[in-house]
Amino acid sequence: MSTFTSKSDSVLSARDRELIVATQSGLPLVSDPWAELGKQLDMPADEVLTRFQRMQATGVIRRVAAVPDHYRLGFRFNGMTVWDVSDDAIAELGEKIGCLPFVSHCYRRPRHLPYWSYNLFAMVHGVSRDEVEHKAAQIREVLGDACTGHTILYSSAILKKTGLRLKKQTDKQ
Amino acid sequence: MSAIAERSKSSDDKPTLPEFTPLERAIINRLQYGLPLTPAPYKDVADELGVSEVTLLQHLKALLDNGTLTRFGPMFHAGEMGGGLTLAAMRIPEADFSRVTEQVNSFPEVAHNYRREHELNMWFVLATETPEGIIETIQRIESLTGYPVYNMPKEQEFHVHLHFEV
Repeated sequence: MSTFTSKSDSVLSARDRELIVATQSGLPLVSDPWAELGKQLDMPADEVLTRFQRMQATGVIRRVAAVPDHYRLGFRFNGMTVWDVSDDAIAELGEKIGCLPFVSHCYRRPRHLPYWSYNLFAMVHGVSRDEVEHKAAQIREVLGDACTGHTILYSSAILKKTGLRLKKQTDKQ
Repeated sequence: MSAIAERSKSSDDKPTLPEFTPLERAIINRLQYGLPLTPAPYKDVADELGVSEVTLLQHLKALLDNGTLTRFGPMFHAGEMGGGLTLAAMRIPEADFSRVTEQVNSFPEVAHNYRREHELNMWFVLATETPEGIIETIQRIESLTGYPVYNMPKEQEFHVHLHFEV
């Protein structure tokens, strides 16, 4: 159905890209945001909406949503739990950890021995350190013997949070 | 130092939940799931929540203005845009931490940067327009700061469902 068949097939058209650049700091907070964007970019409102729908269908946009400052919501403890899981078991166990309702992101990442032996990352948020540790204990239980070590990295400051940004298209393309 | 950093630094151990009105809670919870991509999206969400569109927009604007929400808009998936995306970490001595923070944050490719309590104490997300841009940006950060960057790209994604229920 989609005209975007593969990543190499230039997933983003120049017009999609203009929409991304126009909205990366936020969607207009007006009754008809598509018309508002259309006015800015000289594009019919229904085309703006169709392009957004298509970008969401192809996964370029996960969703159009609110991003909270989790500290302000009371989730002051943001624990990046990291686990050293045997390579044989990580695919299966990673799926299980990712399905735990309190795990917001779960990825396999490379080790950097000898400094960094953890290959499974699961992000856990809580209103207290106890809550994060209780959740980590549940992860530990699921991993069982396949896990030989873990730690929790708490964030103590947000140093930057701008989200992903595209630059305005330059002349070179 | 930013307001956010100061706030988290001065935090004590008591869990304190901020006060939100029931409507604010409903808006925060609902809009994290995403706006429907319909001709009148705010109206549709307002109907769902049983308020007027004007009320919804006013509250949404206020939540953005007071910093409860850092952003309201499309959440892009850099990998699907054909670009590069990675998580990177650095080990920075305390005496150099502010300088390196400023230097790392000056790169537009750095989307988020968190201080974390670990020997690897600076963790940031890099997003670049091309996959090759990641290595190039890492090299630029290393030469500007004088410290190594540990590149930890995702090798497999198991699940992403970031949602804070208030």
